[in-house]
Amino acid sequence: MIEVRDLTKRYGSKLAVDQLSFTVDPGRVTGFLGPNGAGKSTTMRLVLGLDHPNAGSATINGKPYHELAKPLRTVGALLEVKSVHAGRSARNHLLFLAQTQGLPRARVDEVLGLVGLADVADKRAGSFSLGMSQRLGIAAAMLGDPQVLLLDEPVNGLDPEGVLWIRNLMRQLAAEGRTILVSSHLMNEMAVTADYLIVIGRGRLITESSTQDVIARSTDKSVRVRSPDAARLAELITGAGGAVVPGGTGAPGEPAPANGAGLVTVTGMEAPRIGELAASASIVLHELTPLASLEDAFIELTSGSLEFGKHGPDPVAARDGSAR
Amino acid sequence: MTSAPPVTRARVPSVRPAGRAGFGGLLRAEWTKIRSVRSTVWTLILFVVITVGFTTLFTWLTVANWNGPRAASRDATVASDPIRFILGAGIGLGQLTICVLGALVITTEYSTGVIRASLLAVPRRIQMLAAKVVVFAALLIVVAEIVVFCSFFIGSAILHSRVAVSLSDPGITRAVIGAGLFLSVLGVFALAIGALIRHTAGAITTVIGVVFVLPILSGLLPGSWGAHIDAYLPEQAGSLIDEAHQQSGQLLSPWQGFGVFCLWTAVLLAVAAFLLVRRDA
Repeated sequence: MIEVRDLTKRYGSKLAVDQLSFTVDPGRVTGFLGPNGAGKSTTMRLVLGLDHPNAGSATINGKPYHELAKPLRTVGALLEVKSVHAGRSARNHLLFLAQTQGLPRARVDEVLGLVGLADVADKRAGSFSLGMSQRLGIAAAMLGDPQVLLLDEPVNGLDPEGVLWIRNLMRQLAAEGRTILVSSHLMNEMAVTADYLIVIGRGRLITESSTQDVIARSTDKSVRVRSPDAARLAELITGAGGAVVPGGTGAPGEPAPANGAGLVTVTGMEAPRIGELAASASIVLHELTPLASLEDAFIELTSGSLEFGKHGPDPVAARDGSAR
Repeated sequence: MTSAPPVTRARVPSVRPAGRAGFGGLLRAEWTKIRSVRSTVWTLILFVVITVGFTTLFTWLTVANWNGPRAASRDATVASDPIRFILGAGIGLGQLTICVLGALVITTEYSTGVIRASLLAVPRRIQMLAAKVVVFAALLIVVAEIVVFCSFFIGSAILHSRVAVSLSDPGITRAVIGAGLFLSVLGVFALAIGALIRHTAGAITTVIGVVFVLPILSGLLPGSWGAHIDAYLPEQAGSLIDEAHQQSGQLLSPWQGFGVFCLWTAVLLAVAAFLLVRRDA
C-alpha cells in the first residue's frame, strides 16, 4: 500500500506537486493520470525517496522509502528516465542490483527469462531497442519480487505487442494481490489498464475514482445534485435514462466529503430535466449544479502545461471538441 | 528478440526471504559496477601501461644520455634523489589517469542515470558512497602498489649502472609503498570531487586544476605564507611521500604531507556525503 499525505514539492519557483494526498491499495491496478508536466513523475520520485519533499509525506507499507531495509524486495520501480549504463550488459546491471539486496545470482536469470531477455543478457544495454530497454526496466523492478510496483509511463514508445505485454503483466501482478501504481498521460491507455484512477493536474488532485466512473464523467457533461432523498431521486433518474454516481467529481469548489451527504453526480441528463423529475416526485433538491466534464476541468486546470498536438494548440477548440 | 514473451509464463517465482546482504552485498555490487564497464577497465589498464612505460622510457633515456651535453645538472639531481626520479617519471603522467578514473567512477552514474537505480536499491546514500570508496580504494591500492613496485624494480635496474638504489636503503621502501598509497588516495580525492560536481567533464577539469595547475600558481606566491599555502596543497603535500627523506626547507615530512593529503580527501568526502544525502538525485 502506498500512502501520500499533503505531499508538496517546489523546484525553484515552480510548484511541481501541491498538497497531494492519495492512497494506492493492493490487488488492483491504480492508474496515475495527468497531462505531461502534471507532477506524476515528481510524485513517484518523492515516493521513492529520490527527491525530498518540501512538505508532506509518502510511505510504502507504512514506512518512508529510505527506512526499507532491502527496498527492492518491497518496492519495484520503473522510471521514465533511463537508469542503465549503456556500456553495461543487462545481466551485470541486474546483478549489481541483486547484490545490494542479498539476492542470489540465479534470481537475475529468472527475471531475465520472465521478461524475455535471456538471449541478449550479455549484450550491452545501449544496443537495446526501446522495447527491450523497457523490459530490462521491468526486470529490474521485478528483481526483488516486490509487493508494490511503481511504473512511470511504462508503455511510452512501445509497439502494440509490447503495450499488450505490459498491460497483461500489470493485471496479473495486481491479481496476485500486489499494489500497482502506473502513470500515463493518455486517458485511453488508462481506460483499458487501470481499475482505479488518480487524476492530477498541475500537481493537484483533480479526482480519484474507479476507472468506470471517471470515464463516465469525462465523456459526458455532468450535473451535481444534492438531495436529502438522493436514493429515490437516483432511481427516477436511472429510470429516465440518466446515470448516477454517488459522490462528487472532485471539481474545484465542491464541498468536502463530510458535507457531501446526499451528493450524487448525474451524467447523461441535463439539469432542467433532473429538476422536473424531482418536482414531479416532490423530492427536495438542495443543489442542482451543471458541471463541466472532467476533461473540461482537466484541460482548464492544466491548459498551461498541456503538450500541444494532443488536443490541438487552441485550448478553446480543444474544449469544444471534448464537449462533443 | 523483439517478440514479447507470453504472459502466462510470467508467473513470478518468489524469492527466498533469507540471503546475504548488508554492507558486504554493497561491496560486491560496487565491484560489479566497476568491473562491468569498459571505461573504468580501460582507464586502469592505461594507468598501468603509462606508469610502467614512462618510468622505463625516462630512466632509459636518462642513462643513455648520462654525461651527455646539457645533462650535468640533471645527472646531479638524479644522483642526489634517485627514488624521486624513478617514481616521479611514471607517476607524473600515470596520476592523470587515476584522476580521470576516480572522477568517472561516480560521474558516469549521473551521466547514465544509473545513480537512480543505485539509490533505489540503497536509499541510505552514505552507505552506497562508502561502499564505492572502499571498493575503489582497495582496487587502487592493489593495482597501484603492484605498478609502483614494478616501476621501481625496472627503473632501479636501468639506473643501476649510474646510481645504485635499493629497497634496503633508508626511506626507499617507505617511498615506494607511499607512492602507491598516494595514488590510491588521489583516486579517492578525485572520486570525492566527482561526487560533488556530478558532471564528468567538470569534475575532471576541477581535479586536474587542483592537482596540476594549482601547484604552479602557488609556487609563485611570495613570502612565507605563500610557501605555507604551497606546502599544504593536496598534491604538493601528498606527493612528499615518494621522497626518501625530508629535504631541507620543506615544511612537512613525508608522512605529515601524506596526512595532510588524507585530511583534504576526508573533508571533501564528508562534504560530498552531506550533499549526496541532501540533494535530489
